[in-house]
Amino acid sequence: MNTVIFRTIAPLIVAVMLVFSFYVCLRGHNEPGGGFIGGLIAASAIAVFGMASGVQHVREALKVEPLAIAGFGVFLAAASGLLSLFIRAPFMTSIWLYLDIGESVVPLSTPLFFDLGVYFVVFGTLSSVALSLDGDSEEDL
Amino acid sequence: MGPSTQTGIALVAVAPFLAAMLAPLIHRYAGRFSGWLLAAIPAAIFVYLLSFADIVIGGGQVAAQIEWVPAYDLNLSFFIDGLSMVFALTISGIGTLIVLYSGAYLAGHPHQGRFLGFMLAFMGAMLGLVLADSLLVLFLFWELTSVTSFLLIGFDHMRQAARRGAIQALVITNIGGMFLLAGAIAVQQLAGSWEMSALRAMGDLLRDHALYGLVLTCFLGAAFTKSAQFPLHFWLPNAMEAATPVSAFLHSATMVQAGIYLLARLNPVLGGTSAWMGLLVAFGGVTLIWGALGALKQTDLKQMLAQTTIASLGLLVLLIGLGSDAAIGAMVIYFVAHACYKAGLFMVVGAVDHGTGTRDITGLSGLADKMPVTFIGAALAALSMIGLPLTAGYFAKEEMYLGLISADWLSLVVLIVLVAGNAMLAGVALLVMIRPFLGEALPTPKAPHEAPIAMLAGPMLLGAAGIVAGILPDWLGQDVLAPGAGAILQREVDSHLTLALDFSAPVLWLSALTWALGIAVYRQADTIRTLLRRFDNGLGWTADTVFDICMFGLIRFSGAVTRFLHHGRLELYLVLLFLALALALFGPMLAWGGLDWIVPATDLGDWSKRLVLPAMQPHEWGVIVLAIAGLLAVLAAPTRLIAILSMGVQGAALALVFLLFGAPDLAFTQLMVEVLSVVILTFVMTRLRLDARDPRPFEDWARDGTIAVVCGAGISLLLMLVLNGTLDTRLSDLFAATSAPIAHGHNIVNVILVDYRGFDTLGEISVVMGAGIAILALLRRRKRGAGTPEPAPRTRKAAP
Repeated sequence: MNTVIFRTIAPLIVAVMLVFSFYVCLRGHNEPGGGFIGGLIAASAIAVFGMASGVQHVREALKVEPLAIAGFGVFLAAASGLLSLFIRAPFMTSIWLYLDIGESVVPLSTPLFFDLGVYFVVFGTLSSVALSLDGDSEEDL
Repeated sequence: MGPSTQTGIALVAVAPFLAAMLAPLIHRYAGRFSGWLLAAIPAAIFVYLLSFADIVIGGGQVAAQIEWVPAYDLNLSFFIDGLSMVFALTISGIGTLIVLYSGAYLAGHPHQGRFLGFMLAFMGAMLGLVLADSLLVLFLFWELTSVTSFLLIGFDHMRQAARRGAIQALVITNIGGMFLLAGAIAVQQLAGSWEMSALRAMGDLLRDHALYGLVLTCFLGAAFTKSAQFPLHFWLPNAMEAATPVSAFLHSATMVQAGIYLLARLNPVLGGTSAWMGLLVAFGGVTLIWGALGALKQTDLKQMLAQTTIASLGLLVLLIGLGSDAAIGAMVIYFVAHACYKAGLFMVVGAVDHGTGTRDITGLSGLADKMPVTFIGAALAALSMIGLPLTAGYFAKEEMYLGLISADWLSLVVLIVLVAGNAMLAGVALLVMIRPFLGEALPTPKAPHEAPIAMLAGPMLLGAAGIVAGILPDWLGQDVLAPGAGAILQREVDSHLTLALDFSAPVLWLSALTWALGIAVYRQADTIRTLLRRFDNGLGWTADTVFDICMFGLIRFSGAVTRFLHHGRLELYLVLLFLALALALFGPMLAWGGLDWIVPATDLGDWSKRLVLPAMQPHEWGVIVLAIAGLLAVLAAPTRLIAILSMGVQGAALALVFLLFGAPDLAFTQLMVEVLSVVILTFVMTRLRLDARDPRPFEDWARDGTIAVVCGAGISLLLMLVLNGTLDTRLSDLFAATSAPIAHGHNIVNVILVDYRGFDTLGEISVVMGAGIAILALLRRRKRGAGTPEPAPRTRKAAP
């Protein structure tokens, strides 16, 4: 599988997939998508990247331990739920904030951050598993 | 009570924990002054609590409440009356000296900050325990004391004995904790309230209840484990593996006194019955004698003190059991006196250990010249322990004899036990005071020298406190005994402590007898020790060995269970798993006639009624053909890799089916899972170094194939059954209707996930991450087994 064509094209595919995954995650509240699917797409991108360029490359490109990303995700999701305590509402009550930027309105909400948390957990866990399963990574583990 | 009291008491409960968290940081910057700095917190608590003294001495109470889970009527409620005041002041007062002492005792220790943190957290737990009003809050802090004491006892975790002592204390006291929880729940169910202040107002409700015995058993179980009553006393001497400041704090004024506090606290609700009196007096009496004899067996100063602590705890339990005005008064005074002298003596022992390098009484002598201040501290504490006049211990002893002088033979037995116990304790006190300090000087591992001031402040102040209390009987009686005993008995108790010696009173002669016996015990200490040890060796086993037998038995038992259930043969796991699935699918279907519903018996043989092809578009047929082709390819695949890829084809076709029939979310997910599972399976294959082909024998093929077909058929039939019925759409209608207005989202699937049941999702993603960690751990373990014995610590390469 490790052909020149694949290796050349892979970074492009990975870049597109990562951007797309983020887009899918963000639009999830109204259109098909969401953190879980977004995370899956991003993890697939990492797996593809790993196949093309080797695990060592991917780890260097990620800069952060994948499992740490997952931990950050759980933290983010839980923290987004805690925000509601500041308005004296029960844990995980959603808060919505509509920002007017020029022509468009950007809705910000705690579920959005929660969904991002899900995204990071799925992404982090699956890519960490995929990366450590790769045969090349034996010395790295 | 006003809001300031609320905040104040909440701060008292929280401040030690905050300080505990900051302790390592403070230690890093303040270095050897950290002990002095951190001691300010318990000192502040002590002073703040003193501000309530007037109210409490006047018979009043202070209460504060913070809502916790209002839906279940759970409140963080705190309550200060005479009893909790006595305990809280003792804890924070001695706590101040102990923190100061630890600062010097562990000076230069690399983890001193952590130690101080543990100590403060423990103190916070103990303060919370004695201030709590709700039984559930009491339980919370009770368990916190167990956990923090575990950390303290096991602080020197490189030593096996310390680990063992810590685990033993945790196991024993946690069993007690479970008893406490059970008792608290039982009381709540019977009386309808968690608040002990409310329970006290209910009078005989619990005492007259049919389940009184059960409730009593629960609370006694809790108190006896925590307060080391015979035969559960053995963890306490082992806990002496902890550093000396820990022993001084845990085993004088705090941890072990939690059980005493609980008994005293519940006395108005549960006490006074014959069962209560009988059990408490019996267990307390046996513990008193057992602990006192145990102390005489030892030569290690710290072990001697630990055993006398057991004896003192027995004495306190006995006094609560007696329950008369004099006995309860004696209990309050004895608690204060004991906390002062025992903490002082432990600190003295620490100072001796620090100054000479040994704690063994046979190797110490004549230290008074080199360590005069330590000697004075030891003497002050020991005099109070013996109960000589002009010390707090004297009044405690007088009071306990006072109630027992009667013609009743039971009183007489108790009186004999008390005199014997006190005499032995007095003998031990003399040993601790005289043996190391007076007489000929012996060579010690280190040249004897005086400890730093922070280590001597404690014994001196506590010793002085015992003397001051002893020469101010009016203050001791009115401000300590009366409110404390009044809170336990729920009625006014008048103080009658006086310094005047009445030579016609039998109490004085009993005291004199105690001292005389004490001196005799001191003179014959070596003979008694030899005798006791000979008896011990004859006995062969102790409660400690029984504990070991139980623990190792448990470990062996769980090992056997694990080997039976978790044998490590993946193939067998999977077979069992899927067999269970098949059973779960077909069992209910057959039992409730599900098959008959799908294909009614009358239709059998007439397939035209059932085999009706649905009307579908050509491209839909195409997708289904693709799925079937993928399936056939899996079955026909010559190598494993092709089988994995074919399964991917089949999964992708399924994703297309989802897409066509209006579930784009599901299609998306299915596709991504399919991609990832192909990738991961391929990786796994290369990692496991499997053969390209599957070499299993035909029987295995047949077995696995059958199970697969049965499971598949079961799922298909179940789905058909579900589709045969009418779907209840109330819930999905509700979601569809409320999704946009409530959660501002049009994608119901996502709204449900992140909003309606976000809490579940939070749990699920935590599970996902946990599973990821587990997988990584497994992979790493495998690696270690196969490759180099110990991999170098993992270092990420710097980013280019």
